[in-house]
Amino acid sequence: MPDSAPELGPRAIAARQILAEVPQLAGVRKPDPILVADGIVRRFGGLTAVDVERVEIQRGAITALIGPNGAGKTTFFNLLTGFDQPDEGNWFFNGTSLSGMPSYKVARSGMVRTFQLTKALSKMKVIENMRLGAAKQQGERLAKAMFPFTWRPQERAITTQADQLLARFNLDAKREDFAGSLSGGQRKLLEMARALMSEPSMLMLDEPMAGVNPALTQSLLGHITDLREDGMSILFVEHDMDTVRHIADWVIVMAQGRIIAEGPPDTVMHNDAVVDAYLGGHYDQALTASGVSFTEEATS
Amino acid sequence: MDWGYIFSVTLQSAVGIEAIVFGLMAIGLNLHFGYTGLLNFGQSAFLAVASYSLAVLVTDMGFTFWVGIVVGILAAVVLALLLGIPTLRLRADYLAIVTIAAAEIVRLLVRSVALKDIFGGSDGLRDFSSGFYAMNPVPVGQYSLGPVTLNQDKVFVLIVGWLLVALSLLIVWMLVRSPWGRILKGIREDEDAVRSLGKNVYLVKMQSLIIGGVLGCLGGFIYALGYQNVGPDFFGTDTTFFAYAILILGGAARVLGPLLGTIVFWALIQGTDVLLRSGIDAGFPLVAWMSGSQAAVVRYIIVGAGLMLLMIFRPQGILGDRKELALDAR
Amino acid sequence: MRRFAAIAGALLVGFLAVVLLAPPSSAADSSFSIGGRLNNQVGTQKVPVANVKVTVTGAGFTGAATSGPDGMWLVSVPGEGAYDVTLDTASLPQGIALTDPTRGTIHTTVQAPTINRTVIFPLGESTQKTTNPWTQVAQLTVEGLRYGLLIALGAVGLSLIYGTTGLTNFAHGELLTFGALTTWVANVTLHLPFVLAALVGLGLSAAFGWVQNAGLWRPLRKRGTGLLAMMIVSIGLALLLRNVFLFFIGGDKRAYGEFSGMAGIPLGPVSLTPTDLVAMVISVIALAAVVLAVQKTKLGKATRAVADNPALASSAGIKVEGVIQSVWIAGALMAGLSGILLGFTQQVSYLMGFQVLLLIFAAVTLGGLGTIWGAIIGSLVVGLFLQLTTLIIPPELKNVGALLVLIVILLVRPYGLLGRRERVG
Repeated sequence: MPDSAPELGPRAIAARQILAEVPQLAGVRKPDPILVADGIVRRFGGLTAVDVERVEIQRGAITALIGPNGAGKTTFFNLLTGFDQPDEGNWFFNGTSLSGMPSYKVARSGMVRTFQLTKALSKMKVIENMRLGAAKQQGERLAKAMFPFTWRPQERAITTQADQLLARFNLDAKREDFAGSLSGGQRKLLEMARALMSEPSMLMLDEPMAGVNPALTQSLLGHITDLREDGMSILFVEHDMDTVRHIADWVIVMAQGRIIAEGPPDTVMHNDAVVDAYLGGHYDQALTASGVSFTEEATS
Repeated sequence: MDWGYIFSVTLQSAVGIEAIVFGLMAIGLNLHFGYTGLLNFGQSAFLAVASYSLAVLVTDMGFTFWVGIVVGILAAVVLALLLGIPTLRLRADYLAIVTIAAAEIVRLLVRSVALKDIFGGSDGLRDFSSGFYAMNPVPVGQYSLGPVTLNQDKVFVLIVGWLLVALSLLIVWMLVRSPWGRILKGIREDEDAVRSLGKNVYLVKMQSLIIGGVLGCLGGFIYALGYQNVGPDFFGTDTTFFAYAILILGGAARVLGPLLGTIVFWALIQGTDVLLRSGIDAGFPLVAWMSGSQAAVVRYIIVGAGLMLLMIFRPQGILGDRKELALDAR
Repeated sequence: MRRFAAIAGALLVGFLAVVLLAPPSSAADSSFSIGGRLNNQVGTQKVPVANVKVTVTGAGFTGAATSGPDGMWLVSVPGEGAYDVTLDTASLPQGIALTDPTRGTIHTTVQAPTINRTVIFPLGESTQKTTNPWTQVAQLTVEGLRYGLLIALGAVGLSLIYGTTGLTNFAHGELLTFGALTTWVANVTLHLPFVLAALVGLGLSAAFGWVQNAGLWRPLRKRGTGLLAMMIVSIGLALLLRNVFLFFIGGDKRAYGEFSGMAGIPLGPVSLTPTDLVAMVISVIALAAVVLAVQKTKLGKATRAVADNPALASSAGIKVEGVIQSVWIAGALMAGLSGILLGFTQQVSYLMGFQVLLLIFAAVTLGGLGTIWGAIIGSLVVGLFLQLTTLIIPPELKNVGALLVLIVILLVRPYGLLGRRERVG
């Protein structure tokens, strides 16, 4: 795992300064929220998977959503992005209600997501994957599809944009290859690059480091922080604590479907309720013959 | 063994009515299954509603030929909507079962005694083609194309049929190179990925279903006009399965796949059939023990075995590219 | 296992050899005949009916006879084979009609040692018009249950195969046909008594299931062939098998040598033939056996585990391929049984399995893909629905009703009555 965090650019510093003023309470309001969720409940049969009273995501910051297995993070993530529908509640993106909105419309409104199991379209070429990501394409309307002259100019512009992004993510050499021939890490980069084609205002990353080898992690972290410097708001679900520690401006902790803590990474990780949730409440008892307990280990 | 005769029958089949009809069916299926990944097993229903609309409107209700055609196409569109609205949100298996069920319903209805006054029951309908043949510009007479002899009506319907095939291929070609076509290919592989990029997957699938259905229904018109008769027995599930065999043989998700597939398929099938019969007549010991009715069945055995072998050993068919193949996907 | 395979394989080969080499039915022997006695049922009295014409057709032959004063009629036929016997209703006297007008033509088979085949046409006041509607409902309900039970035998196999391997098997109908055809051949061509013939048919069905799995599906699974590709392979297999059956057996509908064309026994308000009754009882026993096996036996539990999660089951020590093999044998056996029993009412033909396949799909989808109880309940619902809708719609369209219900159910509750929500899309 990399020891050195990417350097903080000006926007990162500004974001952290703003967030330093925010009280560290679950569900606390933010000075400039891009995403606000209110009373979201999702039940599966008798089980309540998600029960979030309130959560707000600060614009322009990198927010991490963490929690132990079964906490409901992925369900909540799917609810926010429109890939699942809650039983109750409402949420607002840039002031627009997303309740009842199908996933494709959520994406069009500027909130684009990636997937834990990368969905690079293997049977299409890299450049075609990228072109697919662009928004508002005239040629995608059936009526115009038959008449190339209506969409050729836009296609050229899209291709230029795609090439720029591919260069940025170091995938330009792979332009004409089928996405299926790329390595796992390259596919992750492709998915991220593709998500940027529609110029979203918020990027939702579902476990971006899942299955990524250490060599690529640094590169991915760098890309994500670069995006923050471009003004992007980012929310990501992660298990890997080092990633969270290195790049998150703010951390939201879920357990058993609820938000139990919020705050900057360092303070949140030592929060009693958070440690409890991860370790199950026996952290202060001696577990080894030498009398070492979990708390001592955790803070060392 | 009259090789000239065998050759002429084979050639006739490769370019005849059935090659056209199944070619159009397969072109429509190519859009559905080859490019979008939709498992439409009810393609024969599209042909049925189109051809019966034409026949009913002209024979029963006395409308002109063109009215019949327009209504037939509209009927295909409505069928696509009826099939698509409930099922396009379901998994592919379910679409397959619903489309087969729908095609069976259509076939049973047009075959029924209860509706015999409208659809002609198991005998079907006739006397609707005169408007079509009245437009025949080909001068009266017999025409020879090599060993094959056709009258002017036959020549006309073949020309019209092949023109429709060319037109359909052109439409498909233009659509799949467009950004709209790109969405199709994405849907075929992973719908959620496409949704996450802001595309209305449901709408695009519906559009694909409608267009593919309309292209297929053109085959229904040619069938009806070519044989000057519409009957229920052609529109069973076996017909759809043959169309799939043709599509896969030629190469799914290749524009020219259905064209190559239908020509090769019909040449092979009819060629082996006439070869077999000649062999029986000539007394070849290997085949002489078969009766006439048994010989007729051999070609269907070949289709079944061929489809299996294709899927197992060369699912991309003649023209397909293994890398692009979505058939291995699930 | 290997020995079983060798024996099964040898049986299959031997069987095919006999069929292929068996001489065609000859027209030389003319001491065969078909006949019967026509009686009008008036209360408890049977009054003979004379001057009624009966026609016999089959294998290029047509013959007729007129009933004498004792009600007896007799038609000589050229030899063994299948025949259609039709009562000329126009020649019936005033006021007398077939008790069941839909059974004016009876298919029957003449085979040694039975030289004279008896065919019964029950006559009386027509029951159709004067029957109490509730009697009709009761009759249709019972018939629906019977049909549903037979479909259930096929549906259970399909559902189990889908549950454990993910395969949507379009060639399942041919397993039914195979059971019926082999039984028919053993019974009529090889002159075995029916029960023995049925056992032969069942054995061969089980063997056929084993052969399919070992020879086709297992190698495909090992190669990693996708489910969609395998489904299309099954479509090709279905086409192949249907036409192979057609090639060897011909297109006629046939009846078994014994137990065909029997009269119904009145049981309260409903009437069932003895074969219907026996078929229902056998079906219930077979289905109960399967349900118990899946619930209680080790193999059954292993099957459920594999259906739920093959990788997990394998890592728990379950031999997944062994389970799948057993499922194929059992599923084919059940399907063969279904075909054999269906042969009494549907008549044995190369298409019989295919005609029921869609109904089986409807039943399994309705009940919930991959569940045993779902397959059984779905089948019963389909069977009942098919028969009861004939109260309103013409019998030729009853399949339409069942298929429409299938489509509607898929809209409203795509995971079926008993399926789980997550499975669908």
